[in-house]
Amino acid sequence: MSEFLAMGGYAWYVWMSYGAAAVAVIIEVAAVRARRRRAFDELRMSGASAAPATRAGSIG
Amino acid sequence: MLINWYRFSSPVSFYPLAGTAAHVFGVLAALFAGAGLFVALVAAPTDATQGDAYRIIYLHVPAAWMAMFIYVVMAGWSAAALGFNARLSAMMAQALAPTGALMAVLALWTGAFWGRPTWGTYWAWDARMTSTLILLFLYLGVIALRNAIEDPRRADRACALLALVGAINVPIIYFSVQWWNTLHQGSSISLTVAPKMAMTMVAGILIMTAAAWCYTIAVTLLRVQAIIVERERGATWLDSLIDLRPRTGGEKVRA
Repeated sequence: MSEFLAMGGYAWYVWMSYGAAAVAVIIEVAAVRARRRRAFDELRMSGASAAPATRAGSIG
Repeated sequence: MLINWYRFSSPVSFYPLAGTAAHVFGVLAALFAGAGLFVALVAAPTDATQGDAYRIIYLHVPAAWMAMFIYVVMAGWSAAALGFNARLSAMMAQALAPTGALMAVLALWTGAFWGRPTWGTYWAWDARMTSTLILLFLYLGVIALRNAIEDPRRADRACALLALVGAINVPIIYFSVQWWNTLHQGSSISLTVAPKMAMTMVAGILIMTAAAWCYTIAVTLLRVQAIIVERERGATWLDSLIDLRPRTGGEKVRA
């Protein structure tokens, strides 16, 4: 196990890379979840149907 | 079976589809990442000349590819947004930018930590590294421009224009190792020539790339759902989403 962690003497470089990738994924997923939660909270508070529907028939 | 694809160009019908697809691709990403990490860190043998430092390329190559691919896809959605004045296309482009920026950061970061033990430096103003840094700035520019413009439809057009102009940088990154003979080496994997590395290593990179693709699709679809809710507020169809969602936290909304 410690041999695996040592990465043949390159532990600093290897784990800084893999660690950064793991942190990046965790942060992005958390950020997207928070954004969804916020969007829904604001939707609920604004009382969606109170405002007039703005959806015209444009493509997309 | 006949599918009316135009149906999915409207946020109303796209929203539930995006939710289902995000979950499928999220599971696929986890499976590919598990297999890819096993190959990258355990199964693949130590490189004869680079030692275990070379294991960084299992992250570096997929991240660098994704940073470029995502930009191309973002530019494609931007073109569609401008050409057809399509709202959902602009939202897709908007949703891709943060993940693209993240991939560019990871490509630069892992490149630095690979370059230090291998080339002897974390950073050099090499053609490929510099053009990848510019790619990151383009992503950040698109995001900043979006935040700077109040009217979402005006922001759509401005961001689309910036994304399209910046697309010129992608071929520059891709061919930089051929055009300029600076530090970064040429490609190790090509569609036309047999790979210059062992099959296990190629397989590891391809599996990690599949994981990165699935992850990008999943996280982008989740983000585009949030963007739809943010921007379509006032549309009556959104009401039905509120009822589906539990009041306290959770990601239980599938529709």
